[in-house]
Amino acid sequence: MSGKVTNGAGGSGDGGDGSEGTPELDAAFFARWMTAAADAVAREADRLTELDSAIGDSDHGGNMRRGFEAVREELGEEVPATPGAVLMTAGRKLVSTVGGASGPLYGTLLRRAGKALGSAERVSREELAGALRTGIDAVAQLGGAVAGDKTMLDALFPAVEALADSGGKDFEAARTAAEQGAEETVPLQARKGRASYLGERSIGHQDPGATSAALLVAALAEADTAVEPEGDADGTGSAQGGSGGSE
Amino acid sequence: MVEAHGGKRVGIVLVSHSKEVADSTARLAAGLAGVPDALVAGAGGLPDGSLGTSEELIVEAARRMDEGAGVALLADLGSAVLTVKTLLAEGDELPEPARLVDAPLIEGAVAAVVTAAGGGDLDTVAAAAEEAYTYRKL
Repeated sequence: MSGKVTNGAGGSGDGGDGSEGTPELDAAFFARWMTAAADAVAREADRLTELDSAIGDSDHGGNMRRGFEAVREELGEEVPATPGAVLMTAGRKLVSTVGGASGPLYGTLLRRAGKALGSAERVSREELAGALRTGIDAVAQLGGAVAGDKTMLDALFPAVEALADSGGKDFEAARTAAEQGAEETVPLQARKGRASYLGERSIGHQDPGATSAALLVAALAEADTAVEPEGDADGTGSAQGGSGGSE
Repeated sequence: MVEAHGGKRVGIVLVSHSKEVADSTARLAAGLAGVPDALVAGAGGLPDGSLGTSEELIVEAARRMDEGAGVALLADLGSAVLTVKTLLAEGDELPEPARLVDAPLIEGAVAAVVTAAGGGDLDTVAAAAEEAYTYRKL
């Protein structure tokens, strides 16, 4: 809906931000993201269930909490060595523990994104944005949903678009876009999932899946601000294990 | 009918949100087909018996039903379908070949079990189950 703000053709020019140095996001960042997501889901579980009781089967909060607590536990034992591995581990855990449709959907999102990040020890924000796009496209394909169907995609598409518009840098913009996207599901009629059986009666309720998707995006922004700048962004290259081509 | 080779039969797994639906449908299909349950298994609900879909139970049932001629999976709705699709797309946990069959759960299960018991290969079993959609009741 409403005109897409395409970020002029310019954009890519200087990039700035130490893009010459080591990419800034490491496995610890991704683990922090997943933990922040688990916190957010735990905090909002009742609300997710309440939204789900209006147009679904009242299990979204409980399912998501079970899944993300399992992720938290798994990553608490040992954080995998690479960003890609963190997301793949988390995704696998969600598929095996959630028990509802959000398990395979969020699981696919994280696993595909993780796979797209490959085995690099650190990744750039731009790479993260690209990987999320890959994951979200896989979710769309799995569920057969498109924008406006009143699903998690209505939060995820705007979020990844906002992220891409900022060259992957602006997690806050992604969070705002996701939250707005979730709110904008209220007047929509559900065309996928159990809520679609309600037809017009699904109108007037915020979609639980879009709401939890916005939590996941918000957690990304939280993980970002939670960083103590332990050497300033410009980190005087503490010789990053010489991992030459971390493409 | 194309026969699965070596006397091995295609295994059938029925995935439902409900353990009772999955297991009862498996018994119903085996009974109507006049074969022992061994060919078909339910993978319903969560491990604790509540409603939902369990990847673990699906994988376990598929491995148990695998005689080496492949496994056909039928699912009811939503997360049951998505979980099987995800397993097929991502994992290496299901036996090879495994396939999600686009069929109504009960009618498809009966057709699949009858066909598998008769020695049909995976394509034939899948086709029989899918054909169940065309069977009108009125």
